[in-house]
Amino acid sequence: MSRQSNRTTDSKKMNAELFTLTYGALVTQLCKDYENDEEVNKQLDKMGYNIGVRLIEDFLARSSVGRCQDFRETADVIAKVAFKMYLGITPSVTNWSPAGDEFSLILESNPLVDFVELPDNHSSLVYSNLLCGVLRGALEMVQMAVAVKFSQDTLRGDNVTEIRMKFIKRMEENLPAGDE
Amino acid sequence: MAIFSVYAVNKSGGFIYQYDNYVHRAEAEKTFRYPLDCVLKIHDEKVVVSFGQRDGIRVGNALLSINGLDVNGKFTADGKEIIEYLKDSTNYPLSILFGRARLSSNEKLMPASMFHSLFAIGSQLSPEVGSTGIEMLETDMFKRHCFQTLTGIKLIVLTDPRQSGIDELLRKIYEIYSDFALKNPFYSLAMPISHRVQGLHQGSLVAPIHVAITLVPSPLMWMRASLEP
Repeated sequence: MSRQSNRTTDSKKMNAELFTLTYGALVTQLCKDYENDEEVNKQLDKMGYNIGVRLIEDFLARSSVGRCQDFRETADVIAKVAFKMYLGITPSVTNWSPAGDEFSLILESNPLVDFVELPDNHSSLVYSNLLCGVLRGALEMVQMAVAVKFSQDTLRGDNVTEIRMKFIKRMEENLPAGDE
Repeated sequence: MAIFSVYAVNKSGGFIYQYDNYVHRAEAEKTFRYPLDCVLKIHDEKVVVSFGQRDGIRVGNALLSINGLDVNGKFTADGKEIIEYLKDSTNYPLSILFGRARLSSNEKLMPASMFHSLFAIGSQLSPEVGSTGIEMLETDMFKRHCFQTLTGIKLIVLTDPRQSGIDELLRKIYEIYSDFALKNPFYSLAMPISHRVQGLHQGSLVAPIHVAITLVPSPLMWMRASLEP
């Protein structure tokens, strides 16, 4: 693929800075517009959802992974392939619930929050909520309904950033013909 | 190139995109004298040959142009009815171009959606459990390859029966679709890509698809290579 071979590590670093700045500008503008942290969180989730439904096609076109057979396989693909491809990080998959329908992604670093500090008046803002929306939107396009939220956030004083994903159900009614 | 056309159909069977690679379309132009020896009839608002096949003009070919002027359905370029025009001996001799009728975009929409239904039936009729549907339909004139993505989009390519390397081509077209259609924020998912859609013209996809098509190895190259001592 010609696009990947042209990318060097230098230009990748430059893109990450611009990406962080862009995301930061977005969040601050949303805060100014809505003036309510809960509302901003909701908007970030919505925006993430719209990104997710498109990103999944790009991901499937470039990575040629097939359909995942169970939630564990889904978790592995998300952590090892998807996050690596788009954010350049590989979170670890831990804290599986006994029923196998919930797990956590532990992110050591988060490119969205480089150099970001949350002020006191935005204590309930989930800065990276866009990621939750992206994961939700992408999985919905492959007929999996999930609930995603941040259970730990370095911006709010925790040690690591932890995303909790819970499997709700398989959306049988939207299944393309032939997939069981 | 032996790739005839590319179609894209969305999850609910609605038409998204269509691209025709006009290769050698069988067309025959001949000068005729009165009386015309082909029997013509009106079919689907077009004038087609119903009898009198000869010299490259086959039954089913439509009348495309008279004396170099493209016809408009049943009427000539200046609005006269073709059948009446051809009965008048004073208009002869004239040259008529016959060929395979070019389908309007509505006519292309129907087979694309119909294929979607066939695809669904095919996957249910399959004796194998977990069959994913029709991948290839082969006739003696063409092969129809279908690739269904995990999100339900079907990419369909019509090719020459001897053509290989189509799986690669289908993946490439999927990449092109995911780039151009999805990264354009003004394009609503699953909507047809046409000149009516804001921001994304059918033409924008033509160039990369054409490049992808030219990269597919031609079957004729292989045949020539195998014939050489």
